[in-house]
Formats: sequence, structure tokens, C-alpha cells
Amino acid sequence: MPRFRKTLILMATAASLAPALCAAETLTYSLPEETATLRPGPGQETAQSNCAVCHSVDYIERQPPKMGRAFWEGVVKKMVASYHAQIDEPDAAAIVDYLAATY
Amino acid sequence: MMPRVTSRRSFLRGASLGLAALSSFDGRGAYSAEGARLGFANGDRPLVRYPGKRALIEQTVRPPQLETPFSVYDEGVLTPNDAFFVRYHLAGVPLSIDPEAFRLEMRGHVETPLSLSLAALKRDFEPVEIVAVNQCSGNSRGFVEPRVGGGQFGHGAMGNARWRGVALKTLLEKAGPKPGAQSVAFNGLDSPVAPETPDFVKALDLGHAGDGEVMLAYAMNGEDLPWLNGFPLRLVVPGCYGTYWVKHLNDIEVLDSDFSGFWMSSAYRIPDNDCACVTPGAPKGATRPIKRLTVRSFITRPADDGKVAAHVAFEVRGIAFDGGHGIEAVLLSADDGASWTAARLGEDLGRYSFREWRTELSLRPGVHHLKSRAVNRAGQSQPLAPLWNHAGYMRHVVETVRIEAV
Repeated sequence: MPRFRKTLILMATAASLAPALCAAETLTYSLPEETATLRPGPGQETAQSNCAVCHSVDYIERQPPKMGRAFWEGVVKKMVASYHAQIDEPDAAAIVDYLAATY
Repeated sequence: MMPRVTSRRSFLRGASLGLAALSSFDGRGAYSAEGARLGFANGDRPLVRYPGKRALIEQTVRPPQLETPFSVYDEGVLTPNDAFFVRYHLAGVPLSIDPEAFRLEMRGHVETPLSLSLAALKRDFEPVEIVAVNQCSGNSRGFVEPRVGGGQFGHGAMGNARWRGVALKTLLEKAGPKPGAQSVAFNGLDSPVAPETPDFVKALDLGHAGDGEVMLAYAMNGEDLPWLNGFPLRLVVPGCYGTYWVKHLNDIEVLDSDFSGFWMSSAYRIPDNDCACVTPGAPKGATRPIKRLTVRSFITRPADDGKVAAHVAFEVRGIAFDGGHGIEAVLLSADDGASWTAARLGEDLGRYSFREWRTELSLRPGVHHLKSRAVNRAGQSQPLAPLWNHAGYMRHVVETVRIEAV
């Protein structure tokens, strides 16, 4: 019986690639690997090590160009105050400098 | 459909693990040679193929945000599951789910807390079905001028599907809200990276939650929900923005107060006025939670920047939708808005669905700007000039397609 069940699962999955609800086992999903990198510039490593804790850095690359210092200050402030990113003040200031100058 | 990048051998190896063909998925190989141009500054994007999805527009990778290529909306009134957009907030995306062990809890200010398996949800409750648009609050944000921060989507953060599941009303009746129950909060299996980050939890007033239309969907267009669209269960809130459509839904809490979590009290808020808009740069002022979709319409054919033969009749067609009154008419202008003619509406799949429309045109040689303008059954329409708010939510304007007749 277990063998039969497994065969059924394989067929159902191969047919549709939809999650097979008859499965007696855990279904898993794999996300693609992350490839985005930050643009070079002073502060790049600080930004990478802090921002990438919670999200891929394509979040930064995708923003509208040349939004200016006030915009990036607001973003970093939101990450710390609203999302409680653990970024100390010198790092936060360096990240703002980097983003304002680079993006 | 099987991702083309997955080799037969890796597919078979994965298949014995259920959906996990996908564990052998090669991220780099998933990128298409083609890209997408969304039509605003810094709007070029790669196309990427995720397990269970066709090539979609990559917005972000962790957490994943994938946009539907606009041409999909010309394929049919229902958005195929493998093309449906994806939007997460927090990088703790569930990557392992046991459908037999999965339980939906309903708890809090109720007489009888519930703990229901997927099998029970399918077996013990009369299924309900509704065709409804799920549109991201920030759909089309990339076109907002002056530009604002946030996910820089083109028009592809929307989709229309036939949802099947259980009416939330039925579950609420079974659990029995206690006197004084006021709101209902919804949480899914996704979670933040840092424990201090507010978990993604949304809420509805008890009256709205129990209106008979809000539902818990386990199927979409006749199949199980795609993983990235909330497998195995998601909230469907017809007529309301996607932010309420909590994915991987496993926890419903009835509260004797208003819900005060971050994603309701601070995020996803719009100016508290009739237009949900302010003058660009003005102070934010008072806000309220975003809620119902405004009227929108799109020309899906011909494509923007397309060419047609001059003096030869061709079909112009598209889609329209609103927050639940239903579409009454769609008007088309081929002279930049100077004059408008009514298009023919397609099949009515319900007041929350995309409504197809079509008409014919014949153009003189030269460049023309085609505009569509929908009107709903409440007389609401689309403004000719865009509205603006700080978050770039609720893009609401007559959209324009540029066509050259040669």
C-alpha cells in the first residue's frame, strides 16, 4: 500500500506539477538563488551586510533613479523604526550616504 | 507546466518528493534571455521562471515579487495560474507544507474555537465560487509622477481568477463570535526574518468578514492554489485590494476590539478623503486603511507602441473592472480624449471580475493616442488626470496607448 501511494503521488505530480493533495508527505518549494549585488561605492559593504539581512538588494536597485538624500533617509529610517532592522546609528548614516550618492 | 529549465532527470528525481522537483531548480538557469520594459525610468526588468510559473517579470527575489507580463491580459478574461503575479512582504516564505498536517485555526472571541484540516474544509462545507480581481495596492506605481518609493510595478500586479473555497461567514457561524466581537484578524504561514519585524497580519470588520462573499480559497481556476499564490489556502476579499488576500492562511482570530497591528495601523493607508489623493508634496494629513478597488480599464490590443495598417479596420480590445458595482460601459477615444464611443462588453462573469470589451477602429496614417474609460453601475469612472498619494497606491486614471498607423 505505501508503495502504491507513492506511485500515485508521482503520477499526479508529474501530470500537473501542482501540489498533490493525496501526498502523505511534506511538499516543498525551492526559490531561485539570489544574484543581485549593490553598485560599487563607499559604504557598499555596510549597506550589503545590513540591508541583505532581511531582503535582497534588488529592492534598492529597482527604486526610481536619483530620488535624493531625503528619500533614502526616509527609507532607512522606516527600516529601523517600523521594521526594527538592527542597524546601529553610524551604519545607518553610512548607508544613507551610500544610497544617496549611488542610486 | 514543467519549467523548461528543469532537466528531465532532475524533474523525475524531484517528483518522488511531491512538488519538490523544484528542489533541483537551478536559479541562474531560470532567467530568460528576454527582458521586460515597463515604460518608466529604471523600468527594465529580467524575466524569470519560478517553479510552477511561466516566465514572469522579476521585481525582487527575496522575498519574491513577480509581475505578470501585460500581454497575458490579452489571452483571456481569467489570468492563468502560472502567470498570476506574486507579491510577498516578508522573506520568511514557507517552503515546506504538509497538506495533511495543515490546520486552519479560528480562535479568539468565539464560543467554539475551530481547527480544520484541508480535507475537512473541502468535505464538510458547501463550496462557494466567485470570479474576482486581485490587484496589488501598488499596481502601476512605476507610472506615478512625481515618482514614489515602493515596489515599482507596471500594470501587471493584478489578476482575475475563479476562486473556490469556503465562505468565511460559514466558519464564523460555526465558531460563533461572542457578544462584543468587532474584528477578525488573518495570519498566514509567512513570517519575518527578524523576530522584531511586524508579522504580516490583516484585519476586517466582523460585518465585512461575515458578508458571505469573503472566502477562504483552496482552488484557483480549477486547480490547487499555486505555491506562491498562497497554497494551500488564502483569503479572498472580493472588490478589495490584494493586501487583504492573506496567503498561506492558517490563523483567524476574532477580536473584541479593532485590530491595531502595524500592517493595518501604519502600512497600507491612504489619504482620508474622497479621492484618496493629495497634491504632490503636500503633507500626508489624516489617513485610513486602503480598501475598495477604483474603476480601471486597459487596452490589451493593440499593444502600446504598436503599429497598424492605415485605413484598415482593426480590433481594439481590453479589460475593465471596479470594486464590485460592476462595469456598465467602456468608452474608447482615438483622438486623445476629444470624442468617445462605446465598446461592446463581453461576457459578464460577475461584478468582481475583469469585464472584456472590444470595438473596431480605422485610423489615418500617423501617431494616435487611444484611451479607454470605464464607467461602473454606480456612475463612477476614471479621471483624465492621475491622482497622487505618498505611497503610490490606487493608480486611478484613463490610461493611454500609443499607436502608429502606417
